[in-house]
Amino acid sequence: MTSANSSSRSRYPAGSLAFPHRGLLGLAGLAPHEILFLLDEAEQWVELNRQPTKRVDHLRGLTIINAFYENSTRTLLSFEIAGKRLGADVVNMSVGQSSVKKGETLIDTAMTLNAMRADAIVIRHASSGAVRLIAEKVDCPVLNAGDGQHEHPTQGLLDALTIKRAKGEFVGLKVVICGDILHSRVARSNILALTALGADVRVCAPPALMPADIERMRVTPYHDFDAALKDADVVMMLRLQNERMTGQFIPSPREYRHLYGLSVDRLARAAGDAIVMHPGPMNRGVEIDSNVADLPGRSLITTQVEMGVAMRMACLEVLTRKAREVPGWAQPREDKGNWA
Amino acid sequence: MKQPALTIINGLIVGREGAPVAGTIRCEDDRIVGIGADVVPQEGDRVEDARGKLIAPGLVDLGVFAIDKPALHFGGITRAALMPDQNPPLDRSSTVRYAAQSGKPDLWVHPLAAATRGLEGSDMAEIALMRDAGAKAVATGRQWIADSGTMLRLLRYCAMLGMTVIAHAEDSGLTGNAVATASEMSTRLGLPSAPVEAEALAVARDIALAEMAGAKLHFRQITTRGALDLIRAAQKRGVAVTAGVTPAHFMLSDTALADFRTFCRFSPPLRREDDRKAVIEAIGDGTISVIASGHDPRGPEDKRLPFADAEPGMAGAETLLPLTMNLVRDEVIDMATAFRLLAANPAGLLGVDAGALEVGLQADIAIIDADRPWIVSSDKMAAAAGNTPFDGQGVQGRALALWKGGLKVG
Repeated sequence: MTSANSSSRSRYPAGSLAFPHRGLLGLAGLAPHEILFLLDEAEQWVELNRQPTKRVDHLRGLTIINAFYENSTRTLLSFEIAGKRLGADVVNMSVGQSSVKKGETLIDTAMTLNAMRADAIVIRHASSGAVRLIAEKVDCPVLNAGDGQHEHPTQGLLDALTIKRAKGEFVGLKVVICGDILHSRVARSNILALTALGADVRVCAPPALMPADIERMRVTPYHDFDAALKDADVVMMLRLQNERMTGQFIPSPREYRHLYGLSVDRLARAAGDAIVMHPGPMNRGVEIDSNVADLPGRSLITTQVEMGVAMRMACLEVLTRKAREVPGWAQPREDKGNWA
Repeated sequence: MKQPALTIINGLIVGREGAPVAGTIRCEDDRIVGIGADVVPQEGDRVEDARGKLIAPGLVDLGVFAIDKPALHFGGITRAALMPDQNPPLDRSSTVRYAAQSGKPDLWVHPLAAATRGLEGSDMAEIALMRDAGAKAVATGRQWIADSGTMLRLLRYCAMLGMTVIAHAEDSGLTGNAVATASEMSTRLGLPSAPVEAEALAVARDIALAEMAGAKLHFRQITTRGALDLIRAAQKRGVAVTAGVTPAHFMLSDTALADFRTFCRFSPPLRREDDRKAVIEAIGDGTISVIASGHDPRGPEDKRLPFADAEPGMAGAETLLPLTMNLVRDEVIDMATAFRLLAANPAGLLGVDAGALEVGLQADIAIIDADRPWIVSSDKMAAAAGNTPFDGQGVQGRALALWKGGLKVG
């Protein structure tokens, strides 16, 4: 088990060995110390973002392209702000999903972006694995900003950072992730990050929204939200991903709220100092009541947004170190295929 | 012009039973006329020396999606049953007649008639007209017929015509838009998935309907333990139900989907390891009686896509023989059984007089080196496209020469 409290940087391998990956396609390939390294790197950017002047020039002269094949507001904005605060030239490319459904277009777009000599590409796509497909065609670091139902690694990292700052410790922490686990890339990345760091993760959903063999990801599945909440330290609520559902998965939002909505009464089953999280956007009155979402001191939903910018700054800064010839990172590495 | 008789000497002849035996085989016109140790070439014969290798029947590939002659010949395949999922579908006598002629003279294409118009699963197609145009069996295509009433009427009608119905077995209500088996792998990759029971449910229903109809039913690909148990039980009580599989499902499990390898996108999808083992057991005990390639060459425009958007299927004709030889080397089956699965059984299902080396049958013959090693390379395949999940893999088994109706084709 790895403790988040021992945050001295000396515990990480030197230079690029601390994070020996070309890009960030998911958290599945990351070792615990690599996750912790990114969390610690983000801390400095949290502090910077709270200063009146929020800009540095680490990435001056670099071009970052945000290629979003799926609608997004907060993630796109977060990456854009992150890139700009690091001094990069940031270009947003919003593409309607319908125009890129076919592969040649997707591959061609990747090759076009590559030919434009982007220094980092941030991609969101509606299909699981699409980001990997593009990453194989480009030379620069690729960051996954969410691919289908697969992963949303920076969300997993920013959530871990939020928890770390609130709780200090991951080992033994009881975390409940409740909602549409089946369709959630956020849930997958959070599960990977939090279990790697030693948390006790419970996932809760009605049967139709619980993926097969989820316990093989070292989590405990629940259908009873009240039971899952018992003594929980962190309650992470997820939105129903109606846009990814084919067919009826629940009888109605009203009934869903009855069984899985987080109310003040229900939150009382968790630990007295349990924090509440939600990756947004929220369906207030469905998975979470407004008086919980806005609960001072307990709800960290806006903190997650704040950590998101810092975390994305950390990822962009770390992944461009090789190209920027940062000492300790510029040496050649035999890791062409190491995408993580 | 009439060609001289063909005599193949110095080979090990693969029969329906037992180990291959040394002998000679002699053919006149398009038929086998002599077989055994005492057969000798006659004056004027074309004599071929098998040099101690196997003399086997040309393979009969039950259910290809493309008439890809170079790949089929490379794989030792002399006859291919063409799936009705063409553009347009094989749901009319004219398209069936055209398809039946399309491979001649060096490849026999046996069209499978679409069970329903447009393969839409609702209205029965003109099956008797298609039979008379050359269709050898009826197939539901890539889809399961969801309407039980339609399926029962189809089975009854085909029973009347004496035609086997070749069915796809996945309950579409469960599969929906799934591209993977519900498992740890699909969960980790975030791929739309369906439970393995989708196959067993479809099989259970179709067996019940076939039993009611007294029809002959063949499941083109059975890939799960539950479905195989149902078929095994039905066969024991005398239902005319058979099952096939492609090598992908006895060679690979869903762990091959890691990194979103679209060359491993199949329908039905790759299963968990226990199901893969169940398929091998079913081949060993005879529950599965056909191994086919499912040959479906796909170019990059169909495969270089996100996994869920890619088309299912693999270029399988070239690897059908060597991958089946793995089962012989692993002593799951013997050599004679391998060729029953690859030739005699599919020929019997189609009702064609081929698939075995016997006097009077068509002279579809392959000389095969069952041990010859080679490397599968997607860049160098004879197939129209190289979408194989076995790229770079070393295999053993190669057709060295091939005759179709006594005519040398490879």
